[in-house]
Amino acid sequence: MFANYMLPTWIAASFLALAAGAIGYFTVIRRSVFAAHALPLSAFPGGAAAVLTGIDPMIGLLGFAFLGVVFVQQSSRLGPKDLAIGLLLSSFLALGALLLSLTGAYAPAVYALLFGEVLGIPHRELLPTAAVSLLVLAVTVLSFRPLLLQSAAADLATICGINRAGMEWLFLGLLAIVTATALPVVGTLLVFTLLVAPAAAAQRLSAHPARAFLISIALAELLVWSAIALSYWSNWPLGFFVGTLGAVLFVVLRGGGLLPSPSGIRARLSRRETSWHHGAGPNSGTRPDG
Amino acid sequence: MPSSSTPAPTEPLLQIENLGVRLGGRQVLEGLDLSLESGVLCGLIGENGAGKTTLLRSILGLQRIASGTIRLAGGSVGKARDLVGYVPQKIAFDPQLPLRTRDLVELGLSGRHFGLPWRRRRYQAATKAALAAVGAEHFADQRLGRLSGGQQQRAVIAHALVREPRLLLLDEPLANLDFRSTTSLVQLLGTLVREHGLTVLVTAHDMNPLLPVLDRLVYLVGGRAATGTVDEVVRPDVLSGLYGYPVTVLRHHGRFLVLPDAPDGPGEMRHAGTELPPPSPREEA
Repeated sequence: MFANYMLPTWIAASFLALAAGAIGYFTVIRRSVFAAHALPLSAFPGGAAAVLTGIDPMIGLLGFAFLGVVFVQQSSRLGPKDLAIGLLLSSFLALGALLLSLTGAYAPAVYALLFGEVLGIPHRELLPTAAVSLLVLAVTVLSFRPLLLQSAAADLATICGINRAGMEWLFLGLLAIVTATALPVVGTLLVFTLLVAPAAAAQRLSAHPARAFLISIALAELLVWSAIALSYWSNWPLGFFVGTLGAVLFVVLRGGGLLPSPSGIRARLSRRETSWHHGAGPNSGTRPDG
Repeated sequence: MPSSSTPAPTEPLLQIENLGVRLGGRQVLEGLDLSLESGVLCGLIGENGAGKTTLLRSILGLQRIASGTIRLAGGSVGKARDLVGYVPQKIAFDPQLPLRTRDLVELGLSGRHFGLPWRRRRYQAATKAALAAVGAEHFADQRLGRLSGGQQQRAVIAHALVREPRLLLLDEPLANLDFRSTTSLVQLLGTLVREHGLTVLVTAHDMNPLLPVLDRLVYLVGGRAATGTVDEVVRPDVLSGLYGYPVTVLRHHGRFLVLPDAPDGPGEMRHAGTELPPPSPREEA
């Protein structure tokens, strides 16, 4: 599992999870999960175009991801946001399908772009992937407070003098970069899970903003490591494990919200939160819940 | 808490002269004058769409004004922004949001700063003081989204107070509060003015809950205003002029009800009499 040819995957995925856990945290707080679904799909034709033309896939993915950012930003002018983004998704997916059909690429190449590939990171991509991930993490940490206030209460942030549009561009830009970087490994359809599931579970585990942020990153790491290991042993696609483990993580850790108890729910929740801060390794997801 | 240093006695904290605002071709505010000294609690009363929020946004410098001037502590609005705290209408936090009352208050100070998000000691002291000023210590460590509406309101007030403004603007803080929360919030506003020397401008569509603490009143109808003490403004002659048609002012146990004039009776001030039904204390507009 830790053979030489697997090392780039382990290293790249670990760096990717840092960035995905960090930007995913703000994705969930901002309730921008739809954008997190839209950007991978808009990046997809970029990957396909790279296969067709032979350019660096990273350039194609990034270019189309940023195109997606522009569309997401402008979509509210076209009508209801979900409607506009929904149509955008389909059109980008369609474009990607066309480009791939033009390449006559092997089915596995298509499959890898959509669902991820354990060996999706060649050696030469390792350094850029690590650098980009660290950059995203650093920018996120350095803008933590303005982003947090702007994401949690946009009106209050405006009063504090925080530029609303600037923050939105910053957030979507970082999201696009993470998307484009993670896509070759995790796959178009499952970048979403990597972004959203650890962050959503982390919010459940701690009411403390910085702790929830760190837990989000830790859970993202746990998610990709488990998925790589399982994918290696089973030879099933990496994306399958990211998608299902992410959903399991979310349901188990947020399960309490699905089963409302008749009384004392607030007291119970706050007690749970305080006791979870300490012992809560990412493995505590198997607790019985009521 | 807010510095109690007062401006030069001749200079009001907030001075609005002949303010006019147009929104989408509609005159939202017209010829509005208002002058507030430090330590005054002023109610901004009017129905929905009367221009209350527009006036607050103009004072915040978020609204382009068509005519007139607004001066804060003798300076222009943009330069004096830190003098003003603002509590917007209908702030609701997501129940899952990983943010405690304490965090929101601290972000009032630290929120605009980029850089490593370490906790600074000076943030903590100011945060503690702001939490104490609004009586929020006992829910300081709870998730915002799980607090009651009244508690969330207090959290947002503390978030505004932590920057030590001299003027606090609140937009419909009493909307959607139950009676008890309303009473205690009104008391809090009174305390902020009397004990911390703050100037408070608070909008409401019903003036009655605010009457115990109100020093001044701006009664807005269709963008035009009558300004003065409660006794000066809440009179049938003044309000009839403002509405443009005769209105009756009913007074009962120290509360007011403003009604369009009955077709057969003159619009005169009547005093509490047993023949009047008790006014509904919180008429929703």
